[in-house]
Amino acid sequence: MSVRRLAEDQFQPTAFAFTADNSAWAEATIRKYPEGRQQSAVIPLLMRAQEQDGWVTRAAIEFVAQKLDMAFIRVLEVATFYTQFQLKPIGTKAHIQVCGTTPCMLRGSEDLMDVCKRKIHAQPLHPNASGTLSWEEVECQGACVNAPMVMIFKDAYEDLTPERLEEIIDAFDAGKGAEVKTGPQVDRHTSAPVGGPITLLDEIKPVRTNLDVKPDAPGEADKTNP
Amino acid sequence: MVKLKVDGKEIEVPDHFTLLQACEEAGAEVPRFCFHERLSVAGNCRMCLIEVKGGPPKPAASCAMGVRDVRGGPNGELPEVFTNTPMVKKAREGVMEFLLINHPLDCPICDQGGECDLQDQAMAFGMDASRYTENKRAVEDKYIGPLVKTVMNRCIHCTRCVRFTTEVGGISELGLIGRGEDAEITTYLEQAMTSELQGNVVDLCPVGALTSRPFAFTARPWELGKTESVDVMDAVGSAIRVDTRGREVMRIMPRVNELVNEEWISDKTRFIWDGLKTQRLDRPYVRRDGRLQPATWAEAFGAIKSAVSATTGARIGAIAGDVASVEEMYALKELLKSLGSENIDCRQDGSKLDPSLGRSSYIFNPTIAGIEDADALLLIGSNPRFEAAVMNARIRKRWRRGNFPIGVIGEAGELRYSYDYLGAGPDTLNELVGGSHAFVEKLRNAKKPMIVVGPGALSREDGASVLAAAASLASAVGAVSADWNGFGVLHTAASRVGGLDLGFVPGANGANAVTMLKSMDVLFLLGADEMEFSARHAKTIVYIGSHGDAGAHHADVILPGAAYTEKSGTWVNLEGRVQMGNRAGFAPGEAREEWAIIRALSDVLGKKLPFDSLSALRAKLYAAYPHFNALDEIAAGSADDIATLSKKPVSMSKSGFASPIKDFYLTNPIARSSAVMAECSALARNNFQAAAE
Repeated sequence: MSVRRLAEDQFQPTAFAFTADNSAWAEATIRKYPEGRQQSAVIPLLMRAQEQDGWVTRAAIEFVAQKLDMAFIRVLEVATFYTQFQLKPIGTKAHIQVCGTTPCMLRGSEDLMDVCKRKIHAQPLHPNASGTLSWEEVECQGACVNAPMVMIFKDAYEDLTPERLEEIIDAFDAGKGAEVKTGPQVDRHTSAPVGGPITLLDEIKPVRTNLDVKPDAPGEADKTNP
Repeated sequence: MVKLKVDGKEIEVPDHFTLLQACEEAGAEVPRFCFHERLSVAGNCRMCLIEVKGGPPKPAASCAMGVRDVRGGPNGELPEVFTNTPMVKKAREGVMEFLLINHPLDCPICDQGGECDLQDQAMAFGMDASRYTENKRAVEDKYIGPLVKTVMNRCIHCTRCVRFTTEVGGISELGLIGRGEDAEITTYLEQAMTSELQGNVVDLCPVGALTSRPFAFTARPWELGKTESVDVMDAVGSAIRVDTRGREVMRIMPRVNELVNEEWISDKTRFIWDGLKTQRLDRPYVRRDGRLQPATWAEAFGAIKSAVSATTGARIGAIAGDVASVEEMYALKELLKSLGSENIDCRQDGSKLDPSLGRSSYIFNPTIAGIEDADALLLIGSNPRFEAAVMNARIRKRWRRGNFPIGVIGEAGELRYSYDYLGAGPDTLNELVGGSHAFVEKLRNAKKPMIVVGPGALSREDGASVLAAAASLASAVGAVSADWNGFGVLHTAASRVGGLDLGFVPGANGANAVTMLKSMDVLFLLGADEMEFSARHAKTIVYIGSHGDAGAHHADVILPGAAYTEKSGTWVNLEGRVQMGNRAGFAPGEAREEWAIIRALSDVLGKKLPFDSLSALRAKLYAAYPHFNALDEIAAGSADDIATLSKKPVSMSKSGFASPIKDFYLTNPIARSSAVMAECSALARNNFQAAAE
């Protein structure tokens, strides 16, 4: 963590407005909260603004503040508190969030970060030369079983090797990010064992009701339970 | 009421008390940084940890735990808390060590040194040494305006300043951005703060992160002489403490007065002091050959004597300014009486208040503390944010509790609370009096409604009519009853109520201030500067006052007087509360206290006034006006006066009410001499857009 400030003026757009769809969504979100408590919608609205523009601009902060009848400083407090709000421009095609928490670190997330440093930028949160890609280290994304993993937009890419991450980065850079398979990048279903199931392989006929059980010969129970 | 035991001592406290307050009640000292009686509870400094018996086996933050949250023993034993156990001692030492980890130990160059909560509490509750050897964090200093200097390395994130601006100031200007170690206090994009009460964050800051910018590096608190006094910048009469070194006023601090200012003062009150050193009149002047030239007292008195003897009493007048004390007005009134003149006026703004209508027609009857009991408010031609900034905080305090409809007739401005804007002027007032306006229902339904008439409504030609109309509205909605008088006049001048009490208004054949300025042969101005001097036709103007401002520029004889910190004087605040200010230092050069000047002048004019000392003057004053002797008391006005007033005929013009205060920071000669006030004023005119440093 470090001091988080708004981006310099030369990056800041002069104005912000939600698209028609987002605007309708924002109105619906604000209506979820009681009259006079509309500032509860500040986090969803900021997040939607970030999804729309790629990052949270000063204009977006002021737009949200005015929308929710809040002081600018109150929205700035929220925007600077949560590190998932990007206050500076990030990669336009992909922002790669590499999980660096213990399970991923033990499974090689530092190598993934080396890839990012080499292919994107030596520093996290700095876009590459063409402005298309950026990366950062994040805390646990909850996919520890499939460590190491990265998150790009809302999708997780798991069971990564440095080579596979390079391919994924290249695919996103080429604008073919949608074609990359999400989830585990090895032969497994979600967090099931690699290469297919290894337990419970026998076919099991489930016992559904006691009617399925064949009636035992009378007297047998007496023998087993003297 | 709840009973509990603190350190074995049994006490009984109200339900809403926190454990911290209960401990204080029991006489146990609990250190704290973030907790403040007048702000919401934050519970983030953790300094107030105490041990709660039967609670979880860890220290509890006493500021954030109510007395009702503590359970007693299984056999009906009282709940018990401890502030002196080893657990508490260890907890405090731990918290203090953490606080000091990132606090620069730069006390020798810190302006808070000597009056610093962190310094005191580190001595009292901390450890003797630090175990921390890493680098300390560094925080960029923020620009938050010309009044408050920031040294953000010292900030301990108590957020008192954030809570003050949001809750008391009424404008969310400061915030805590970032998180954890990187948290920083700042304004949005380092804009200057706009609150008129922002100086109070300097007092609230428990460390040296927010300090007074004008006072920076000028003095240490322990080398200052401290004089308790009252403020004269507005009519609220805030309790202040004047800190002096030698004869120089170094700073002005608030004192607690629950009935008036709680513990807040406005920026004008706090940062005015540099104006006490500039533009001072330190010797008499006499106009010769069209130019004001230095003179001796004898020459100045001689010039006045020749002017007075060349005319008659009816052509002599006197106007008292906004900061004059009761004593000097009394002396001037007696002098004018002995000269045979009825031309005296203390209402240089032209307000139409008339003391003959009874005291309750010109004081703020509900009282400032009474605002908290009111349940509806109508402001007529008043913007209390600029006219009485500290009182406005009290209105906001009441408004925050809810169920407090506020209506405004006059200019629609930002008041720091929301209100119903009813209209611009007399037409709306007529609708309310006639009962045809919807807001009148809210006033009628209220048990203790308040009707406040401000200077914007009174200092106009039809001011008397507006006052009568407001009084009849007050009577109609039941604002005036046996146990509640909700009719209040809001004044802007510290001298006004005292002057009206004295009857410093034109006699039966006397001329008012405007006429006097146009027509008198000899006109005495007692610190009166806020008038339209372009309309001046008075032949000889004698200015008695402390600062070279408009009045002095137009004067023919200047008699240098003492500013409010340089004399003992009585002022009556807008509630009618008689308060006495004390002398913190002496006036510069040959300047003298005004009452003494008037007394000496009376001798020269052959009308020697019958007192030789201030105490003799006061004895005469108290004999004539006994209520001035009851310091800090209010001689309540009679409710019948309002009833009489409400029956007066009303004829109002159509024009809207406009506040006479165009610039909050420059309302009196002292403020206009202050560089700090000039900077604030320029910033406010520029809509607070200043380049960050």
